[in-house]
Amino acid sequence: MRLVRYFGYRLLLALPVLAGIIVLNFFLIHLAPGDAASVLAGESGAATPAYMDILRHKFGLDQSLGTQFLVYVFNMARFDLGYSFRNDSPVAGLILDRMGPTALLMLTAFSVAVVLGTVLGLVAATGRNSWRDAVISLVSLIAYATPAFWLGLMMIVVFAIRLAWLPTSGFDTVGADYEGWDSVLDVGRHLIMPASALALFYLALYARVMRASVLEQTAQDYVTTARAKGQTERRVMTGHVLRNALLPVVTMAGVQAGNLIGGSVVVETVFGWPGIGTLAFDALQSRDLNLLLGIFFVSACLVVVINLVVDLIYVTLDPRIEI
Amino acid sequence: MKAGLLRFARNRMAVFGAAVLLALLAIVVLCPLLYPGDPFRLAGPPLQPPGQHFLLGTDTLGRDVAAGIAYGARTSLLVGVGATLAAILFGSIVGGLAGYYRGMMDVALMRVTEFFQTIPAFILAILIVAILSPSVPTEVLAIAAVSWPGIARLVRGEFVALGGREFVLACSGLGASDTRIIVRHLLPNCTSSIIAVGSLLIGTAILIESGLAFLGLGDPNVMSWGLIISAGRAVLRSAWWICAFPGIAILLTVLGINLVGDGLNEALNPRLRDR
Repeated sequence: MRLVRYFGYRLLLALPVLAGIIVLNFFLIHLAPGDAASVLAGESGAATPAYMDILRHKFGLDQSLGTQFLVYVFNMARFDLGYSFRNDSPVAGLILDRMGPTALLMLTAFSVAVVLGTVLGLVAATGRNSWRDAVISLVSLIAYATPAFWLGLMMIVVFAIRLAWLPTSGFDTVGADYEGWDSVLDVGRHLIMPASALALFYLALYARVMRASVLEQTAQDYVTTARAKGQTERRVMTGHVLRNALLPVVTMAGVQAGNLIGGSVVVETVFGWPGIGTLAFDALQSRDLNLLLGIFFVSACLVVVINLVVDLIYVTLDPRIEI
Repeated sequence: MKAGLLRFARNRMAVFGAAVLLALLAIVVLCPLLYPGDPFRLAGPPLQPPGQHFLLGTDTLGRDVAAGIAYGARTSLLVGVGATLAAILFGSIVGGLAGYYRGMMDVALMRVTEFFQTIPAFILAILIVAILSPSVPTEVLAIAAVSWPGIARLVRGEFVALGGREFVLACSGLGASDTRIIVRHLLPNCTSSIIAVGSLLIGTAILIESGLAFLGLGDPNVMSWGLIISAGRAVLRSAWWICAFPGIAILLTVLGINLVGDGLNEALNPRLRDR
């Protein structure tokens, strides 16, 4: 029950962020040179003059800035993100349709990064200054500096073109009509490369955070106590250190949620993954700015939700936190 | 500062990073001599593999990939350093005001800072460039717009820590204006932290720039690494080198910057060493 109340409280705190995004979007529309209606319609005469008039009227562009803002807030609050002239359908629907693949990609990359990163960080910290530590540090240094889109392209060259182990792009094999487990397996094979390309940077990041955090925890008195009780080193790690050391990793995971969505834009583009990222890329190619604004709004909402979940995980991990 | 530089010189990884960056700078300075003429110029037959007439091969239009990389280095460094300087300027103003005046100003400015840390930075950068139309200045602006929050929080923290110190109280007792205290006394005390954190920002900025250029949001008239990769994507199957080499250039540059940044962090910010 208290958890529910805490959740409600956090939800309330998220409202100003959503309001901020709406203000920022409104500001961006008016940042564009020229008529705001042309921003909303997509660039260079794609829309008919009649449609532009409808837009002007709908967004109150023929009225004062204050009224325009109120109209905009009203529309956003009803999740009316406007209409994509290029795609001939409402923006909100377009984005929701693409939500599934993006969620799958992000969740997979995120889980891989957190789990493997934690394990590697633990390995590096327990064998401090050993060759394992050195290798993990070196790999994470390189991973930090690698652009995800380039990594994806190189993976395609090696694993899809040269070795022909994995499909180059897409969500599933077109026209194969797999059923049941076969189709799951098929999507899985398509998912391996994009998820790895997206995960690598975060894997390195979490490994680094975990390593520092484990080292910090092992210096604490409670670890000495546990060892003095005669517990095995393994038991000290899994029973005592691990849970405490995970907290900074969880915090970092929440902080990085926004970047993960940004990263999935380029990775999806590379692999033709039919999610929000590819939609953003297509919107970019046709300069469909309103669709882009909608994607920005939805992904920011997604970050808010992820942060809520992270908060809840944090509370369950650390009972010391007052809720 | 001098002791810090000595500590930096003893850090082998940092020295390696510095060597990589020096090599890059040499390429940027010498590239008009090495590759005279426009990097967009057709240099030979298209899709030449590397190692024959052209060190790194040619692209789909017969442009020299090596020349493109040399000229791209200039763009990357220009955008990376420019965006970082802009982010430091703006971040210092926001963080400085919040940390010096505290109170409502602090609360309000830090809320805004946290907001900008939460929202998906890369998508915001895409939006800004797309709306203002792609060019080097808009790229700098967009990257700066998503990079400043870290600096603002850093400067605020330093200002709060320094605020109650005797030399600051003495200054205000002597009647120094707020501006004078901030600019002459507080900011110089944060320089080493700003340099250390800022140096790492350049690497992030270069990564964002390459991502933007890859999505087609780079300046179409300026050669850049992301642009070469995005152009080479279509022929990935037959001509891997067009995409491979610019990516290696990005990797080495960002790696060099990160190593130097880590070295500076350890040398100048003993307090941050364990982070």
